Amino acid sequence: MRLEYFQLIDRIDALDLEARTLKAHAQVPPTSTIFEGHFPGHPLMPGVLLIESMAQASGWLIIGLTKFERMPFLAAVKEAKLRTFVSPGQTLMLTASIVHEGSGFAVTKAAIEVDGKAVADSEITFRVMAFPDPKFRAGMEQVAAAINFPATIRG
Amino acid sequence: MSSTFDTVANIIAETCDIPRDTIKPESHAINDLGIDSLDFLDIAFAIDKAFGIKLPLEQWTQEVNDGKATTEQYFVLDNLCARIDGLVAAKGG
Repeated sequence: MRLEYFQLIDRIDALDLEARTLKAHAQVPPTSTIFEGHFPGHPLMPGVLLIESMAQASGWLIIGLTKFERMPFLAAVKEAKLRTFVSPGQTLMLTASIVHEGSGFAVTKAAIEVDGKAVADSEITFRVMAFPDPKFRAGMEQVAAAINFPATIRG
Repeated sequence: MSSTFDTVANIIAETCDIPRDTIKPESHAINDLGIDSLDFLDIAFAIDKAFGIKLPLEQWTQEVNDGKATTEQYFVLDNLCARIDGLVAAKGG
């Protein structure tokens, strides 16, 4: 997890286009300036970043399903539950699945477990649009390669 | 069995917290009911689920942007319901 680059997924472990599911993991860094403020003397992974990590896992699933032709943008977060604390150094196991693929939008369910224990879950809505420009897509392809997004889908 | 309009009006009322009795067949979802694009995603999601269809929102938006259609054709509820009925019929429902 590279918090300073807002890259909250370390590696995609499985992307099943037929089942429309994705599994990924990410290690919360042992140290970060974020933990100096959140909270002083009691470092915790911020809940909003857990939600963002679920959004990123969902986003990579949508990019996979659209064969890297479309970009998902976060539009709504519903029923987000943050069930327990996450500490620096812990590894998040993320799952995402598609609830609905609409025209120009998609709805996912995503969840996080740490050591087999449910940590967070949410239903997330995305606007799904064409990449605004080729440079944007190229940048996303670079990130995709770094996190083990299947090369066969990157095209 | 409730009509397409009743189902759509109930979805709008519930999704956008709009009093059900203010939602009429002649209401324009955007101009009269003040529904924004994000709320309309929720409505589209609920309509897709309720009727087992996929509203072609992107195509409609493109047609409006290109000047080939007016928003009234898609977003006045009577017209929206007619299009939903058409999509249901097209899938053999």
